[in-house]
Amino acid sequence: MDLTILSTWIAAFLTLAILSFLYKDNPVYKFAEHLYVGVSAAYWMVYYYNNAIVPNLIDRLVRDHRWLYIIPGILGLLIFTRLIPRVVWLSRWALAFYIGMGVGVVIPATVQAMLVAQLRATLVPIWTGNVGASIVNILVVVGVLSVLVYFFFSREHKGALGGVARLGIYFLMISFGASFGYTVMARISLLIGRFQFLFYDWLHLR
Amino acid sequence: MEYGTAQEPRQKQGILERLTAIDRRIIFVIIGVVVAVPVLYPITLPVLVSPPVQDLYDAIDELPPGSVIIMAIDFDPTSEPELYPAYLAIARHVFSKGLRVVALGYIAPGIPIGERALQIAAEEYDKEYGVDYVNLGYKTGMTVALLMMGKEIWDPYPRDHYDTSVEELPLMHEVHRLDDVALAVDFAHGVSPDYWIAYAGARFGLRVGLCATGVMTSQYYPYYDSGQLFGLLGGLKGSSEYEALIGAPGSATAGMTAQSLAHLVIMAFIIVANISYFIVRRRSPGA
Repeated sequence: MDLTILSTWIAAFLTLAILSFLYKDNPVYKFAEHLYVGVSAAYWMVYYYNNAIVPNLIDRLVRDHRWLYIIPGILGLLIFTRLIPRVVWLSRWALAFYIGMGVGVVIPATVQAMLVAQLRATLVPIWTGNVGASIVNILVVVGVLSVLVYFFFSREHKGALGGVARLGIYFLMISFGASFGYTVMARISLLIGRFQFLFYDWLHLR
Repeated sequence: MEYGTAQEPRQKQGILERLTAIDRRIIFVIIGVVVAVPVLYPITLPVLVSPPVQDLYDAIDELPPGSVIIMAIDFDPTSEPELYPAYLAIARHVFSKGLRVVALGYIAPGIPIGERALQIAAEEYDKEYGVDYVNLGYKTGMTVALLMMGKEIWDPYPRDHYDTSVEELPLMHEVHRLDDVALAVDFAHGVSPDYWIAYAGARFGLRVGLCATGVMTSQYYPYYDSGQLFGLLGGLKGSSEYEALIGAPGSATAGMTAQSLAHLVIMAFIIVANISYFIVRRRSPGA
């Protein structure tokens, strides 16, 4: 039997099993859900071993004889001491190294890319000579300032401060609305993808 | 509670109340039918190209032949309907322009999906693996990998997806660091664009474009506005726009009829539900 046909039928069954939850929770859905969790766990374990540990550690040691990789290897193994209460403190060495390195690497890059560059993009001229572009710039400036005011909690949001904070809420709501609109689009896209699979690949209706 | 003397207002109120408490399964069935019918009988709707997608296309289109671009496969099967069409469309565009591709990714199950798109496009344009494109495969530790790529790509990627040494791949002899790459496009369904922007973009000055799932798209508009992303393609709609730009309608274009109809129905639901809610609330003060 062609394995493609078999895998298509299994995928179609599992798709319908998952979609059956839309009617109500049922044993077929539960079966598909548990199967998904179990298969995913096994898949990721094997995949990470073969695509992370083997090329990044075992190959470097055994094939390339790069012995410095013993150090990260030992640090990685130390994480497993969390399973042994008597020496659990050893795992903190690995975590300390990981957190220290991570913070050192992440903070400068994040400040540069997420803070400085975004701040620079906010410092725009309110009048550009073009009405449309000017309106956009005004919206950017007013939006950023009013949302920042909304998140300023050291004074009660009353009077002018309250008014600006309320304007900030409107900007946030519009932002959430845009995100929700895109989310709806994304979810419908996934449904379309599943229907295309069921109708085209499984039932060959086109 | 009295709602007037006529029978008609009482019936209307009943309908409105039922609308505000409609069984969600009825909505699911309606959405299912609205999506299923156009998938079975697609009608091609006109596609209007938005500026962020046009910018993405233009940046790739303006590159001189032979330039190398990175196409990062940072999505998995859960986002395949949205991002696979974009990957295939851009691969076709890239190969049609005589550009070369280095594919890689930080989400393991996505690699075969991107590989499939590259193989289809390469076959159409008679491109050869190792010379015109390579797939460096999955790598864990994205931050470290990107930082190492700024200095020597061969270090984090000594072997490709097929376990071939990069020394044996002619294309890789011209690609040692991110400076050797004209631009990168990240096809993402998670936080990977943050890393591309922060490390490849801000730190090493690589131009970064983004093809994102619909859920993520609005979150990355500020980076497009600030110029940190040279282009932005969002979800199935963005994919259909790119298919229109290269003149090769595919699964994204086919799906847009269903997408548009589903959106119209959802909008109708929202409007009707809100009107019903406000009318019922006005008729039942204190409820």
